[in-house]
Amino acid sequence: MFRNNYDNDSVTFSPQGRIFQVEYAQEAVKQGSVVVGLVSKTHAVLVALKRNAEELSSYQKKIIGIDDHFGIALAGLASDARVLSNFMKQQALSSKLTYGRAIPLERIVASIGDRAQTNTQHYGKRPYGVGLLIAGIDVTGPHLYEFQPSGMTQEMVACAIGARSQTARTYLERNLDEFAGANKEQLVQHGLKALKNSLPQDKELTIDNTTIAVIGVGKEGKMENFKLYDGQDVSVWLEMDSGGKSDGAGRATEGEAAMEIDS
Amino acid sequence: MTNLEGNQQPRDDIYGPYDASFLQSSGPNQHTQSPVVTGTSVIAVKFKNGVVIAADNLASYGSLARFTDVKRLRTFNETTVIGFGGDVSDMQYLDRVLSSLDIKESYADDGHHLNAKNLHTYLAKVLYKRRSDFNPLWNQLLVAGTDDEGKPFLSFADLLGTTFSAPTLATGFGAHLAQPLLRRLVPDESAVEEITQEAAVAAVKDCMKVLFYRDARSLDAYSIAVVTKDGIDLREDEKLEAQSWAFAESIRGYGTQVN
Repeated sequence: MFRNNYDNDSVTFSPQGRIFQVEYAQEAVKQGSVVVGLVSKTHAVLVALKRNAEELSSYQKKIIGIDDHFGIALAGLASDARVLSNFMKQQALSSKLTYGRAIPLERIVASIGDRAQTNTQHYGKRPYGVGLLIAGIDVTGPHLYEFQPSGMTQEMVACAIGARSQTARTYLERNLDEFAGANKEQLVQHGLKALKNSLPQDKELTIDNTTIAVIGVGKEGKMENFKLYDGQDVSVWLEMDSGGKSDGAGRATEGEAAMEIDS
Repeated sequence: MTNLEGNQQPRDDIYGPYDASFLQSSGPNQHTQSPVVTGTSVIAVKFKNGVVIAADNLASYGSLARFTDVKRLRTFNETTVIGFGGDVSDMQYLDRVLSSLDIKESYADDGHHLNAKNLHTYLAKVLYKRRSDFNPLWNQLLVAGTDDEGKPFLSFADLLGTTFSAPTLATGFGAHLAQPLLRRLVPDESAVEEITQEAAVAAVKDCMKVLFYRDARSLDAYSIAVVTKDGIDLREDEKLEAQSWAFAESIRGYGTQVN
């Protein structure tokens, strides 16, 4: 009776000036489990909550390394993220082979942004149903970018996307000032805390459902390659965090001592 | 930017319009089998905080000194100098390729720039692609500038896609006549630190003189560039100074003289 007539394709505007197919795609991002990203002056970190479809199944991959110097975390349709990550891998490799240069992050992000945007402009195409956080370093230092199905990309200091990500974002906003000066360990802990804040009551972070990726500038300005921590490797990071379930408000008072592990 | 495409065509009012019937318009497309109008040596040396590179301003048509004001050094990004030996038309083509690359890279305006190392990798790929199509770009290139760490960079690439690097490099006749002299000054990478800019420039100028004395396809007008992290000092109309042809008297066996 009152069916929406303006959401059949991504090229039609509604009378209110909206493109429903793009908005629906953005809903798909909100269905995905939460991913968090942060940057300091030296490092960029991705932290993600993995989901398994059923008790006996494996967990869905949330973080993908693209090249030595950057990787992505995804929320939404994993298959669309695969299309985009394969494209980024090709672009990164091509830059490395033809110029001997690690592809500048700003450019690779712009290129997937352009690709996603054209999908919203052609009849018979659909927007990507996935949001990404892109974290890495290039000659201008560490960076974190957010990517949305609309084709929008922007550089962020910290960001969270996916289901219940608002609480994670609240944590990030409240602790924003501490990120720039944080070291690798502190940055990961902030990421884990933000992630924890977005968890439902009956859930907690385990080595099975948590993935962490770190990239940054190490000693003597040398790059530490994009490193993914999965499964057993995550336990070191989880144990570093002294506090159990987070206090919701998420002021970073607890666990400060635990952060002083490496300096 | 160096203008490699200056109007070097014979003037119509003097020579009459060009007779295009000499150009074959029918028949199969031919790949380059040998270079036609050629530039001779390019030589270069690394020093403490940069690179000196030089090439003369001659384009020969066989043994004829056809064009005497052809600039064979071109700059890129104010950070890199590329020296071209071999076919001049292929040099002009590469010049256009580099100009469009420069525009493409500058358009992004995002603070990322190609350095000499990046350019050398790219040019070697272009050359290797063309040789793999059996249609080579008949050039020997020296690329001078700085690498990712801001250290002096100097490397070679040729029509086969071959690449190598050394603290002193020379193409063409220079590889035989200038390279041994430059190596005496800079025997290895560790010696580079000890070489001043003045010493490097003096050695390159000396070599240009030796090349003019002994390479019959060379000229006493030349271009020389000094590349450091602070920029490029390119001089395109240098003249060889303090020539002495006294040694010519003692040369025997090449002319018509009997003894």
